[in-house]
Amino acid sequence: MSVQDKVIEIIAEQAVLEPGDVALDSTLEDLGIDSLGLVESIFAIEEEFDISVPFNANDPSESDFDITNVKSIITGIEKLIADQKG
Amino acid sequence: MYRVVITGAGSVNALGHDVPNTLEAMREGRCGIGALDFQDVERLSIQIGGQVRGFEAEGRYNRQQMSLYDRFTQFTLAAAKEAIEQSGLTFSGDEAAKSGVVLGTAGGGVSTWDANYRSVYEEGKNRVHPFVVPKLMNNAAASHVSMEHNLKGPSFTVSTACASSNHAMAQAFQMVRTGMAPAMITGGSESMLCFGGVKAWEGLRVMSKDACRPFSANRNGMVQGEGAGIFVFEEYEHARKRGADILCEVIGFAMSSDASDIVMPSKNGAARAMAGALADAKVNRDQVGYINAHGTGTAANDKTECAAVADVFGPHADKLMISSTKSMHGHLIGGTGAVEMLACIMALRDGIIAPTIGYEEPDPECALDVVPNDAREAKVDVVLSNAFAFGGMNAVLALARV
Repeated sequence: MSVQDKVIEIIAEQAVLEPGDVALDSTLEDLGIDSLGLVESIFAIEEEFDISVPFNANDPSESDFDITNVKSIITGIEKLIADQKG
Repeated sequence: MYRVVITGAGSVNALGHDVPNTLEAMREGRCGIGALDFQDVERLSIQIGGQVRGFEAEGRYNRQQMSLYDRFTQFTLAAAKEAIEQSGLTFSGDEAAKSGVVLGTAGGGVSTWDANYRSVYEEGKNRVHPFVVPKLMNNAAASHVSMEHNLKGPSFTVSTACASSNHAMAQAFQMVRTGMAPAMITGGSESMLCFGGVKAWEGLRVMSKDACRPFSANRNGMVQGEGAGIFVFEEYEHARKRGADILCEVIGFAMSSDASDIVMPSKNGAARAMAGALADAKVNRDQVGYINAHGTGTAANDKTECAAVADVFGPHADKLMISSTKSMHGHLIGGTGAVEMLACIMALRDGIIAPTIGYEEPDPECALDVVPNDAREAKVDVVLSNAFAFGGMNAVLALARV
């Protein structure tokens, strides 16, 4: 499975949706994922790819990790994997 | 001062997953103590306990809830649901604003601590689930009860080791009695039956490898249990006006500190708590028909408790009944006073006194009527429920038939 597919699977599970219902331009709000849900998703992503995601819930927009939508999340994760595991 | 009654009861424990099953087991003198079953149990020298069996948490709670609910919270919510449904109360408006949740627990989310410590120390993992803190915090159970049932009044968690539930219920009683709240959800819960939880207790060398035999001359220690007991305490007129089914009345309490030893109980501290409860309830000692004992089955507790009862009750000590249901459900530590409250309700409401099972040999230092092995039918008007904890913290509740 590609990084994109895996991330969509993780986000879909968190949102209690089918992966097919998660679009690349969906925002977390669109998917009904609240702040606690986001933190849980990040944990699942870190576990899955064995990476460390720089995310501080106090100021989500400040961190290097762009959570604007599913596409930006996937891009961010691909970069982290390359930086940390490449 | 208002009168306070109990209008709902719920429980999950080794004898059953609800109150009717628990009471039936108590009537039949059934033993809920058996072989413990969890990871690394083979490494323990104590392998028995009152473990809750077959409690299908996954069937009751959704995925999101399961990630937030330690086992002690799972038990609490199931018991709270039973109690509140029985009471017929739903909380909204002013009633919701003023009613709260006060629960006892000694350890809180012990199995969450245990599993996550194992994960980071033993398995070398570098991250734990984000919800570990809200899951293990001692107030988690009370918080989820408040969230689930819209209780917006004063809520908190009380921790006094083995007396936690009694202290919590005494606080809740006081809050309704003084008019601070029209109703309070109260009781307690505990779930420490995991490797770390039991291993920690082994060091004290007070646990039995074979059985819990309170008051028996051949008793050799306590046996841990787990579970929850939750009650609805309600102001009497409030209950009467809506035609609620009243289980019994809470008539008084006392709390005392031994100020003596960190683990050994004091006869004086226990006696002051019992005498204090009688005084607070304004009843004479000879009105008490039954005492649900702390009765852990340790050499120290049982003889100290009997000596204290003899002191407080004088000649009447030989006429009352005193049994320990820990012989059946184990010692639920912070949750024990709450589950034992069920035996008190059964005594008052059903006229059935739960037995002390496992009783084999009379002990001259515990020469009271301990209702050995078989339940007994008897009409009693007033009962006491004792809890004498590590750290010398004692809390005794007095209840009456209504």
